[in-house]
Amino acid sequence: MTDTRKPVEDILTDYDIFDPEFIKDPYSAFSEIRESGCPIAHTERYEGSWLPTRYDDVVAIAQEYETFTSQSILVLPPIPGQNEGQYGGVKAPPISSDPPEHHWHRRLILPVFAPQAVAKYEQGTKDLCNSLIDEFIDKGTADVAGDYAQHIPVRVIATLLGVPLEMESDFTAWVRAALENITDVEGRKWARQNIIQFFLAQVEDRKNNPRENDFISELMNTEVEGKKVPLDYVLGVCNLMLVAGVDTTWSAIGSCMWHMAQHPEHRKALRDNPELWPTAIEELLRVYAPVTMARVLSKDAEFQGCPMKAGDRVLMAFPAANRDPRQFENPDEVILDREHNRHVAFGSGIHRCAGSNLARLEVRVALQTFLERIPEFELVNPDDVTWAGGQVHGPRRCMVKF
Amino acid sequence: MRVSVDSGSCHGHQMCAIAAPEVFGSDELGNATVLIAGDIPVELQAKARRAEANCPERAIIITE
Repeated sequence: MTDTRKPVEDILTDYDIFDPEFIKDPYSAFSEIRESGCPIAHTERYEGSWLPTRYDDVVAIAQEYETFTSQSILVLPPIPGQNEGQYGGVKAPPISSDPPEHHWHRRLILPVFAPQAVAKYEQGTKDLCNSLIDEFIDKGTADVAGDYAQHIPVRVIATLLGVPLEMESDFTAWVRAALENITDVEGRKWARQNIIQFFLAQVEDRKNNPRENDFISELMNTEVEGKKVPLDYVLGVCNLMLVAGVDTTWSAIGSCMWHMAQHPEHRKALRDNPELWPTAIEELLRVYAPVTMARVLSKDAEFQGCPMKAGDRVLMAFPAANRDPRQFENPDEVILDREHNRHVAFGSGIHRCAGSNLARLEVRVALQTFLERIPEFELVNPDDVTWAGGQVHGPRRCMVKF
Repeated sequence: MRVSVDSGSCHGHQMCAIAAPEVFGSDELGNATVLIAGDIPVELQAKARRAEANCPERAIIITE
C-alpha cells in the first residue's frame, strides 16, 4: 500500500489512529494526550473526531447515551450510501441501536451469552485449540497470531451461528475488510455485501429447511409484541455476531500470547498458582483491550471544556481508559492478581459487549491450552511482530519458537 | 457484612462473579445476582470486597 498520509504535526490536534506508529504502539500516544493539558484530543482527519483518553471521561461518555448515540459506531464515518437501498436498514443491533429499541434488541440476544449459556462452548473450544496446536507442535515454531489465535473465535462463532466452518477464510476476510482495513471504502462495501448476501441465503435456507436448536432459526422465529422480528434485525444481529465476535477476540488472544511469550515469570506463576487465572484474564483484558468504538453526538454539548457539535464523532478509546494512572496503579504493568480492576475492555453502560462472557472463555481456554501443551516459548524476533489497529488492536503475525 | 446489586447500574459485566463466585451469580440475561441473602461469612468478605472493587459500573453495594 502506498502511504500518502501526511505526517502528524501535533497529536493533540491532528492524531491519526491509522498511522503505522500509532497502530504499533497506541499507548504512548494515549499517554501523551492523557497527561497533556488537553486530555481530549481532536483531529480533522477522517471527517473529524474527538479522542478522550482518561478513564472517567470515557466512562462518562459511555453512560450518556442520549447525547453520545450509537447511530454510527465505527471509528470512521459509515460507507457512503450504506443506509440506502434494499438492505440499507441492516445495521448491527444492539451495538448500533439507541434506546428505546436498544432494550429489546439487546434483551433478545443476552441469554445466548450469559455465563451459564456460554459454558457449553468450553470443551469444543479446548478441542479446537488442541487441534490447532497439533498442527505446529512438532515444528518448534508457530505464528501464534496467524496459526493459532486467528482460527479460534471465527470457528466458535460459526459454530454458535450454525454456519459452515469450511467458510472460515471467507468470514475472516470479510471481517478484516469490515474492521481492519477500513480506510479502504471499496473493501468495506465488498465485505458488507458479502455478509448480507451470505446471511440472507442462510435465512432462506432455514425457511425451507427448519432446524432445531439453531441460533438463526430461533432468532427468525422470535416475536416482539406479537410480531416476528423484522428481517433487517435478523440480518443485523448475524452481521454483528460475525463482525464483532471474530477480529476482537482474535486480537485479545494474540496480544495475550505475545505477552506470555515475553514473560516466563507469568507463565510460571500461572502454572504454579492456577487459582490466579480468573484475575489474570481480567488483567490481561485490561492491558490489552483490543477495541475502540465510537459515538456520535445527537446535539451540541460542551464536554470537559470541548465544544462538541451535533454529528461529531467521539472515539471510545477503552484501551486508553484502561491505562489511566488515575484509575489503575502502575497501569502499564501486568499484575496477575491486581486487586482493584474496574477495567472497561468490554465497554461501560448499556452497550457493554454482549459477547464478553464468550470472549473471556475463549481467551482463557486458548491461553490455558497453549501453556499446558507448550509451557516454554519465546518470540523469534520482537521486531518482526505485525499489528492491526485503529478499530481493533492486536498482532497479526507473531512468530514464537519452543 | 451484606451485599446487594443496584440493578439499574448493573450491565452484566460479571466481574463480581469472577472475583467472588460464591457470593455473586448471573441471571438469565447475565446480570448480577446475589447468592447469599444474609450476612456474608467472614471467609468470603475479602472476596466480596474485591468484587466491589472490580465492578466497572460501581453497582455493588456493601453494608457493614
